[in-house]
Amino acid sequence: MMKPRIILDSKHLDITVTRLCYQLIEIHNDFSNTVIIGLQPRGIYLATRIHKKLQEILKKKDIKCGSLDTTFYRDDFRQKELVPNKTNIDFIIEGKNVILVDDVLFTGRTIRAGLDAMLAFGRPNDVELLVLIDRRLSRHLPIQAKYVGKTIDSITSEKVKVEWKETDGADKVTLLSND
Amino acid sequence: MTTLSTKHLLGIKDLTADDIHLILKTAENFKEVINRPIKKVPSLRDITIANLFFENSTRTKLSFELAEKRLSADVVNFSSASSSVKKGETLIDTVNNILAMKVDMVVMRHPNPGAAVFLSKHIEAKIINAGDGAHEHPTQALLDAFSIKEKLGSIKGKKIAIVGDILHSRVALSNIFCLQKLGAEVMVCGPTTLMPKYIHSLGVKVEHDLRKALEWCDVANMLRIQLERQEIKFFPSLREYTMLFGLNKELLDSLSKKIVVMHPGPINRGVEITSDVADSSQSIILEQVENGVAVRMAVLFLLAGRA
Repeated sequence: MMKPRIILDSKHLDITVTRLCYQLIEIHNDFSNTVIIGLQPRGIYLATRIHKKLQEILKKKDIKCGSLDTTFYRDDFRQKELVPNKTNIDFIIEGKNVILVDDVLFTGRTIRAGLDAMLAFGRPNDVELLVLIDRRLSRHLPIQAKYVGKTIDSITSEKVKVEWKETDGADKVTLLSND
Repeated sequence: MTTLSTKHLLGIKDLTADDIHLILKTAENFKEVINRPIKKVPSLRDITIANLFFENSTRTKLSFELAEKRLSADVVNFSSASSSVKKGETLIDTVNNILAMKVDMVVMRHPNPGAAVFLSKHIEAKIINAGDGAHEHPTQALLDAFSIKEKLGSIKGKKIAIVGDILHSRVALSNIFCLQKLGAEVMVCGPTTLMPKYIHSLGVKVEHDLRKALEWCDVANMLRIQLERQEIKFFPSLREYTMLFGLNKELLDSLSKKIVVMHPGPINRGVEITSDVADSSQSIILEQVENGVAVRMAVLFLLAGRA
């Protein structure tokens, strides 16, 4: 039986997203040379949320935000049943600063595939990683996020579930464990 | 549904509607990939594919080869004209020799119906039928379905007329199976001599008047007259065939609605379809070719992903 424990509730998730936005603004100013790319399938909700909030804070309407699917770049597509999702990047990333966004950083394999997939669209100037939850003890690859919503210590058998109001009915992050 | 129900792609007849939907959905993703600045993904970099063409082909062969290369597979090509088949080697021997060189998938076109099915019973590798005689040409039917869906939004309930040499056409048979599984209505139209004897058992409408067929349909798929498969004369002259079953601009413009015109290629301009129709805004012939690469990438990707 999976026992759920709430890591972030709706209020704290909003505070965390707002903080991440201000951290981004601290470094990327008005986002004139920076773009946001959310990783499919679950990173796009966080990317959309951050994109919306940034536009509110900066009072700008032209911040670029896209989605990137990594299925064709994964090293495990023959071990798991994976369904490809839409990639939608209708802007140029050549010479831009790219912020890759995903909900949970676990083994780092999705990010590895995401980096490869992104390079098919050009050569960015600088790539940074933003995640909502960093499961810091589970990494298989030397990948770290620059912006982290919350760092948690968890074991492989546990599961982190990120839910969004738009698709799941409520904003919350829960840790499911087997004990 | 995330995997196909079959290990090989031998014909549309073996696929379920879910299989076809999965292939078409995956192909949408690959269409986006082939329109990127770098049109290549590394998915099949550990896979070797042999393209065995025992019959001439330009489009299908190029399309498969491009699809394979854009998935980063290693590709070996073989055409019977320059091979040991001419020295009397059997099909199984030829293929087993190629497989002994560690090939994972085989794409085969062969003049004999059932060649792909036969091979799949004797060979370990995954087989994709790229056309077997007058039997099936599954990837053509899939790319036709993809193109119709892209143009009209859906296939269910649409009316599709297949016009021309139904008797010798593997494209016709695969298209009939595919479109019916997706819920479309299918009509075949052509001279009685070019209709298979048991065509009614496939559940299609049969029409011998081109104008009536075109007035009925949303999409007209104009087939090529396969003179190379016709050992006897099936109609008095090409000129007469063109007059009765050729699509020209005058006829197209006189219809009460704008229909979509398709052709699997190669076109005999001025026979089954005139140049101004083939190049008109209602024709999606070149879209079919572009979609062919995306659909074949989807088929290769899904079959390779299957254990």
